[in-house]
Amino acid sequence: MLKVTDLKVKYGMIEAIKGISFEVRDGEIVTMIGANGAGKTTTMHAISGLVKAAEGSIMLDGTELTKTAPHKIVSMGLAQVPEGRRVFAQQTVEENLNLGAYLRKDKDGIANDMEEVFQLFPRLKERRTQLAGTLSGGEQQMLAMGRALMAKPSILLMDEPSMGLSPLLVSEIFRIIREINDKGTTILLVEQNAKRALAIADRAYVLETGKITLEGSGEELANDERVQKAYLGG
Amino acid sequence: MQFLSYLINGLGLGSVYAIIALGYTMVYGIAKMLNFAHGDVIMIGAYIAFFALARFGFPFPVAVLLAMLVCTTLGVVIERLAYKPLRQATSLSVLITAIGVSYFLQNGAQILWSSSSKVFPSVISAGSIHLGSASVSYLTILTILTCIVVMICLTLFINKTKTGSAMRACSEDKGASMLMGINVNRIISITFAIGSGLAAIASVLLASTYPSVYPTMGSMPGIKAFTAAVFGGIGSIPGAFVGGLILGIIEIFAKAYISTQLSDAIVFAVLIIILLIKPTGLLGKKINVKV
Repeated sequence: MLKVTDLKVKYGMIEAIKGISFEVRDGEIVTMIGANGAGKTTTMHAISGLVKAAEGSIMLDGTELTKTAPHKIVSMGLAQVPEGRRVFAQQTVEENLNLGAYLRKDKDGIANDMEEVFQLFPRLKERRTQLAGTLSGGEQQMLAMGRALMAKPSILLMDEPSMGLSPLLVSEIFRIIREINDKGTTILLVEQNAKRALAIADRAYVLETGKITLEGSGEELANDERVQKAYLGG
Repeated sequence: MQFLSYLINGLGLGSVYAIIALGYTMVYGIAKMLNFAHGDVIMIGAYIAFFALARFGFPFPVAVLLAMLVCTTLGVVIERLAYKPLRQATSLSVLITAIGVSYFLQNGAQILWSSSSKVFPSVISAGSIHLGSASVSYLTILTILTCIVVMICLTLFINKTKTGSAMRACSEDKGASMLMGINVNRIISITFAIGSGLAAIASVLLASTYPSVYPTMGSMPGIKAFTAAVFGGIGSIPGAFVGGLILGIIEIFAKAYISTQLSDAIVFAVLIIILLIKPTGLLGKKINVKV
């Protein structure tokens, strides 16, 4: 479904991504783990077209994304929950969700999906007329996820969804990621919480300073000595 | 009761400033740039209305629509050719370019239509109505009403439509807006189109109040309206409205009670004082730095 080949991204003279290749197959949860500054967010931004690739290719169902405008990428069924949530603080919960469905014209479908989002995150329904900026961190994360789901994506990119949340909320978020995947959405998950991410992932990649150093099934990597040492505190 | 008529005239002048200030504040809110060529778009609008009325004898509404059409197109073209290539550039480069565009328009008008001023025909009947002892011209009333209608329509558009919601999203976070599938370049074009269309309306009101049309006529009202936008809090639409009205009232009162020559100096002095007390302007948002 999503296939990245020899991707390089540069910020001025600095090469942040030094030629990485990976793929996400239909229906999978794939996770990319790595420390701060390894290039996880840069990779996510390159896929969504927010930063330009210096070299290499990103193919989504046979279309080259490196030459596609960001809003066109969304229309092809790829949505992203960005790092730090980035909800529109000055707009209400409902307006944020509607912005998620910006490119859709099917009014009934949008209304249905909003109900589904409210079932997934009942807290959002209680707060639908509240400004997003007044929500707690956990609620904002739920809103960012709900907003991305409103695009009805076939593949969902999630950048550090558990960042800064309480352990209880982290469990809740991972349970919901599972649920979204079970309903048929392919997921690419970037996480610093390696333990949780590897536990739900079909396959995983380790990113270190712009390079992929390890790959395998979620289970394989969770049991790998090097991964345990570096990321699982083992 | 001189006071009342000064107040209403101040509101009239302030309404023109407010309509122009909306263009500055919307473009700043979304494109994060100061479009110093905005005043000169007003000048082009005034010329278009002048030719439509005086040369071709078109009826007044047609002249206004024609000016709006030309200014809207001009605004979008300026953005495409001059500002869009600088999307990633520093704000100083964009500012210098905007000043360049301003000179280009002024000198272009001078070449096309000479530097001598043209007399704008008086279309709106010169009559006035009496409120107690104060008399208010029809033109002033029309100006104030236009400003109110513009404010209501714009507020509804920004707050109630999908495009308005996308515009607010872009002003908050362009990257996140792109992730929603919003075409940010298109939203910026729409913003310039609306601002320039409003400039055309302002140009007709302005040229009817001070009936001479010349290549640098947009500079002073442009700077005053920019001041009004900063005064009210740049980026804020209600701020542009309030800032414009207050600026107009201060200017007329300063002319009436203090000194005609000093009125502009007084206007700018008040701006400096307000910004010293409240740096974000009257209705400006607090800039939150979140860690």
